[in-house]
Amino acid sequence: MAATNGSAFSVSDNAPGSGSGAGAGVTGTGPVANGAGERDAVIRGRGITVGFGRTNILENLDLDVYRGEVLGVVGGSGTGKSVLLRTLVGLQPRRGGTIDMFGTDIDSASAAERNAVERRWGILFQGGALFSSLTVKQNVQVPMREHLRLESSLMDELAELKIAMVGLAADAGDKYPSELSGGMIKRAALARALALDPDLVFLDEPTSGLDPIGAADFDDLISKLRDTLGLTVFMVTHDLDSLFSICDRIAALGKKRILVAGDLETVMNYPDPWIEEYFHGKRARATAAGMSQQ
Amino acid sequence: MDQRPAISASQAGDGVTLAASGNWTVTEAERLNGEIRQAARLPSGTRRVTIDLSGIDRFDTAGAWLIHRTARNMVNDGLEVVYTGIGPSREILIGEVEKSDRPPAEPRREAPFVTALVNDTGEAVIQSGRDLVQLSSLLGSTVLIMAGFLFRPWRMRLTSITYHLEYMGLRAVPIIALISFLIGGIVEQQGAYQLRYFGAEILSIDLAGILVLRELGVLLTSIMIAGRSGSAITAELGSMKMREEIDALRTLALDPVEVLIVPRLIALVIALPLLTFVANMSALAGAGLTAWIYIDVTPQTFLPYLQNAVALNTFLVGLIKAPFMALVIGMIACLEGMQVKGSAESLGRQTTAAVVKAIFMVIVLDGLFAMFFAAIDY
Repeated sequence: MAATNGSAFSVSDNAPGSGSGAGAGVTGTGPVANGAGERDAVIRGRGITVGFGRTNILENLDLDVYRGEVLGVVGGSGTGKSVLLRTLVGLQPRRGGTIDMFGTDIDSASAAERNAVERRWGILFQGGALFSSLTVKQNVQVPMREHLRLESSLMDELAELKIAMVGLAADAGDKYPSELSGGMIKRAALARALALDPDLVFLDEPTSGLDPIGAADFDDLISKLRDTLGLTVFMVTHDLDSLFSICDRIAALGKKRILVAGDLETVMNYPDPWIEEYFHGKRARATAAGMSQQ
Repeated sequence: MDQRPAISASQAGDGVTLAASGNWTVTEAERLNGEIRQAARLPSGTRRVTIDLSGIDRFDTAGAWLIHRTARNMVNDGLEVVYTGIGPSREILIGEVEKSDRPPAEPRREAPFVTALVNDTGEAVIQSGRDLVQLSSLLGSTVLIMAGFLFRPWRMRLTSITYHLEYMGLRAVPIIALISFLIGGIVEQQGAYQLRYFGAEILSIDLAGILVLRELGVLLTSIMIAGRSGSAITAELGSMKMREEIDALRTLALDPVEVLIVPRLIALVIALPLLTFVANMSALAGAGLTAWIYIDVTPQTFLPYLQNAVALNTFLVGLIKAPFMALVIGMIACLEGMQVKGSAESLGRQTTAAVVKAIFMVIVLDGLFAMFFAAIDY
């Protein structure tokens, strides 16, 4: 039980340039996949290669995501951030490499093992991907219905709780996705992703399309869940505020691999034109200034 | 530590301690829900309740909810509730859950059956009235746009028309030729078989010829196209509507009727008569083959006999109807497509409606034409 409390911070203080091609160094620092230590990797990808047609989008990419951390994945358009996310969850076939999730090798796992792994993660797609013929509440209940046997009144209570936690109004539960605004769809989709209290959530641009206040609430919710549930978050984002405020580690994609991964400072000081432009441009300076004033 | 979640109650004076242990997670929620209800039945005279969370191994929002719900109900009953063994992270979690606890929204009220029935009937009637208005409005704007083409022919979207002609016309040829061939053969065979009793087998060629050319060819083709292209049109326009592509066209000062609907209608109006011709020829070939096999009428005899049996007007009656059928199918499909709302379900519903309405209207229209041609004795 100490794991839930301790891990959230044990991650942010030691962050070497893991995954930046020097895969061996990373394996050296962390314990083996299912070791119960503090650098317990929830996701361990090695040599991931993904491509379309003749070109590879990702080549020999190494990635570790540690338990209880919020990992922000950044990169220019077309560097394969979303492709990486889809590859990790098995929606995009790989050309090579291995992926370990919760210590289970995804390729060699039996169907039952895979199913068990899939139940431990939740995914928030960029467009929400809510089932359009179900109400928000029914959407949240889909995973509960499929994977658990719950009394319907308890299921209603839990769904309403999740809907409230993501900051939706009480009457939103009975609405259909087509009746919701873009920001509400994001929240409803997060509620569905959190329905089974997963250990790991994948967020694809969670705050895009939200107003600044809504985005800040979203970040706040994610960090609260990390601190209380020991949630591990893999977040593809462009939002500098999120990067500065809730990400424990940042991985920058480029040149078909992870250029650099580590805490904010490590990544910011990495010599790469895109990263410099991104973190030292006008908007980044404004955000950083705002952060330091608080 | 025992992983099986449990909650046990122990009494001391007017205080009760509820000690929770094991994994309090959503996977165990169903069992815990029962157990905590059981444990929350307190002996009378209880004033204070201590909830001890120190034995809990894993804790998530579902577990927090069950604990919080119990505590809240007790507080509402006037009891004093204290948590012990609660770490800082669990305190935040229970705090979050507490913050999110609120009375459920008023359920949407459903009207009683009779009211709903009357309501639905009324709505259906009004909706069909609206359909008619929209259909004539679409017909009107289509005619206006086509009239505009007379002065500005370059605005006709030839690429688009050609594309649709290929998909709705050319690619439908094999299936339409095949089913028409079969139907022609069946009509001929049945005709020959039934007319044999009257010794009038040869008249089955008249029967097949007239039936195919006047009615069957065009009807079969129209129904096939309603199912094949009508559904495609509705689905295409519908998904464009769902993804706001049609709104985007409007904001770019493009008229969706001109850009999307008119090219499809023109393509259909050209394709359907051509396909009807293919269907006619194919059905006659089927009839000829059957006649050869069943009643030994060789093609050399069949063709001149057929030529005498049918006149040019028999052929034209079928063909004249085709463009009208095309217009009806196309307009219904387009209208239904434009009425698609946000959900996948509504796309399915409108596509079904488009095909059903189009086939129905094709048959009604065919009946009207039959009466009309009978009246003018053509």
